[in-house]
Amino acid sequence: MATAAVVSGERESYLNAKYGLKSWLLTVDHKRIALLYLISITFFFFIGGFFALLIRLELLTPAGDLVQADVYNKLFTMHGLVMIFFFLIPAVPAVLGNFLIPLMIGAKDLAFPRINLLSWYLYMVGGTLMIYTILAGGVDTGWTFYTPLSTEFLNTNVISAALAAFVAGFSSILTGLNFIVTIHRMRAPGMTWNRLPLFVWAHYATSIIQILGTPVVAIAIVLVALERLLHLGIFNPALGGDPLLFQHLFWFYSHPAVYIMILPGMGIVSEIVCCFSRKRIFGYKAMALAVLGIAVIGFLVWAHHMFVAGISLYAALVFSLLTYFVGVPSAIKVFNWTATMYKGSITYQTPMLYAFAFIGLFTIGGLTGLFLASLGIDVHVTDTYFVVAHFHYVMVGGMVVAYLAGMHFWWPKISGRMYPEGWGKLAALLVFVGFNLTFFPQFVLGYMGMPRRYHAYPPEFQILNVLSTAGATILAVGYLLPMVYFLWSLRYGAIAPANPWGAAGLEWQTTSPPPEFNFENQPVVTWEAYNYDEIPEPEEVPVAH
Amino acid sequence: MANHFPNEAEATHDHISSVGSSVAIWLILLVFTGLTVGAAFIDLGPLNTVVALTIATIKATLVVLFFMHVKYTNEKLVPLVIVSAIFFLFLLLGLSMGDYATRVWR
Amino acid sequence: MHTSSTAVAENHAHDNPALLHHFSTEAQQRNAASLGMWVFLAQEVMFFGGMFCAYLVYRFKYPADFAAASKSIAILPGAVNTAVLICSSLTVVLAVRAAQLGKRKALVAWLLLTIFLGLVFLGIKGYEYHDKYVEHHIPGPSFHFDGDLIDHPGVPASQAHTQMYFSLYFAMTGMHALHMIIGVGIFAYLAWMAWRGKYGAEYYTPIENSGLYWHFVDIVWIYLFPLIYLIDRHK
Repeated sequence: MATAAVVSGERESYLNAKYGLKSWLLTVDHKRIALLYLISITFFFFIGGFFALLIRLELLTPAGDLVQADVYNKLFTMHGLVMIFFFLIPAVPAVLGNFLIPLMIGAKDLAFPRINLLSWYLYMVGGTLMIYTILAGGVDTGWTFYTPLSTEFLNTNVISAALAAFVAGFSSILTGLNFIVTIHRMRAPGMTWNRLPLFVWAHYATSIIQILGTPVVAIAIVLVALERLLHLGIFNPALGGDPLLFQHLFWFYSHPAVYIMILPGMGIVSEIVCCFSRKRIFGYKAMALAVLGIAVIGFLVWAHHMFVAGISLYAALVFSLLTYFVGVPSAIKVFNWTATMYKGSITYQTPMLYAFAFIGLFTIGGLTGLFLASLGIDVHVTDTYFVVAHFHYVMVGGMVVAYLAGMHFWWPKISGRMYPEGWGKLAALLVFVGFNLTFFPQFVLGYMGMPRRYHAYPPEFQILNVLSTAGATILAVGYLLPMVYFLWSLRYGAIAPANPWGAAGLEWQTTSPPPEFNFENQPVVTWEAYNYDEIPEPEEVPVAH
Repeated sequence: MANHFPNEAEATHDHISSVGSSVAIWLILLVFTGLTVGAAFIDLGPLNTVVALTIATIKATLVVLFFMHVKYTNEKLVPLVIVSAIFFLFLLLGLSMGDYATRVWR
Repeated sequence: MHTSSTAVAENHAHDNPALLHHFSTEAQQRNAASLGMWVFLAQEVMFFGGMFCAYLVYRFKYPADFAAASKSIAILPGAVNTAVLICSSLTVVLAVRAAQLGKRKALVAWLLLTIFLGLVFLGIKGYEYHDKYVEHHIPGPSFHFDGDLIDHPGVPASQAHTQMYFSLYFAMTGMHALHMIIGVGIFAYLAWMAWRGKYGAEYYTPIENSGLYWHFVDIVWIYLFPLIYLIDRHK
């Protein structure tokens, strides 16, 4: 249903329903909370990026000449902690999930709006603890906090960093709790499970992981803090403890955590691929089951991070086999996105460009994960740049790209403005080129034997490192551009109609931006998801003046 | 049908516990507590732990079904949440112990 | 085609002051709150589960030392505490019942009784912790375990491994006690609200859901008790 663009003065929406700082800091509107998260998450993204920049600068030359080894240890630790706990895990659920899930299911808000606000405040407390940790001199254990290094042998700010992650973890748990209850209890009449957008399914699966996995790392962190303070010995071999127990508890969460990061991105890609192919998703049920499958199987594979740490050979065999299984539902998703595009009417706006990038880059990242699942290869490439390249392909080439895709796709809904399409395409190109130039050389470096977490390396590795750093600068420009033009669009962007993309989904049935309570009237759903056979092509959106 | 929220048909009809049944469950729980203490002093070999945990599980089940009213809900969602939590807990315990139990140190 | 219907007849439901604006009916609000508490409890299962995992691993590795350490703890306070918690679960059940029947004074009485039993539990726990302090069983620089392995009299139990037992003892019972304190605090607040007449047959969700939390804390103890106090008592 195409609506003519409304070019008028200030329209009543959630953005101007109330004014003043208090109306934002004490809001319970899920859309405003999403924006609060957007600001803080972007802030932490650039902090994590700043550490990455320093890492890549150091690695321009083989000698450890920019920073000393101790400081370098802090750089990669802080980069990991900030990016994982304060960007990758919350970003899509807390920004796009918060904003869109009630809209997509036809509800007025999440089930627990005040808990939603509490989630954001917990995130901010955790973030403050993280900033304190950085300013107090940082922490150098690696983001993985391995014991007994973290409990017995380092004098850096381990406890404050651990506490930051602990508090951020509870923010994540509460978000997951909110989503699960919302999706079960708040769906509009007619919005059955089989009509849910796959974005919602993806967040449901993500929330299951958040609820069941995060508490385990929380208790692991508590035990590390207690051990550090009281010298208990739970993870200290000298006192009969086992460092691997920490690793078991840590990775029981931290492996499923990577699925917390990627599943929402997959949800985004499903929405975008359908819209820009003007087609219903191929294999809706399989896609929904696949996200659930990834969530469940994802809990069965954690010790593949411990193959060379000292677990039993038999355990290693079991975990290796299970790790192969987790690739299956992901592969199903890649096939189904491709099949969706087949004979679709494809257009190449910025969100779709990012979606294409996601599918390709995630596939490479995922396949290299299978390399790592093989015990023989893993022994060779563990703790090398091969692993670093693998997880950056899925996390950056996958999740960050999906996040950008989603931000572009839903920006008109969130802000009421169109971003400039030409700049969007340019930024997407820069991100794609920059990303591959940064991380593909790292596969080669790792395979050739360059270890990770070292600030100096043998001279024969330099040329690939220089390429990688060059790529990182291009990538940085690609990331900065959307910051600039999204802000620009708030003032000068074309006014967005309710449904500029002609997309399916309840969120497009209300105004851009939506009113405070989402819908003028309670929606009642009588149609199937992705009913692109019924939705006409979008009208031409007026260009910004 | 179209105007009903999807889950109201499954809504929990709130059961009001009777005093009698609550007291009965309470007494059974106390009896099992005494049993588990008593059994601890009898030599059952490796079965001691099994018996203790079995009794604990019976007690926990009684609390969940009767005190927490799970027996009286008609929708399957709450039992599913409970079973899921227990399943994932067993994953954590089982697969971790799988490592420890198969380590052969020379 | 896509049409939005006019509002379902939900306006009259909003006469109930307890109904929050984003819910359409009281049933929806009640079901959401209940599911929310159950999902939270699922999360708590995994939280305590991590510590049970640590316990399992070390009991498997050091069974004799764990048995010796467990034997040094008096059973009676633990058993009494188990009974106290079971009684408090009963009082919670009766509190929920009183709320459902609109009996304000009974509700307050049962809540106060629950709080009292919770405080008894914590008091006994404090007494037990004091015992541990006196016997030098608190992990740390002053830890010292005087006792032999049960199967091998004359062979002292390992200091490191018995300290491991007590580290887990304090971590697990301490985390449990923290949850009890929070529960007592919640019930104190609810008792005050109940006294002011906030709860009745049409709205007693906080009582019910806090009750679920309390029963969960009871269940954790039901498992902690045999694992901590009853290892190899027959020997």
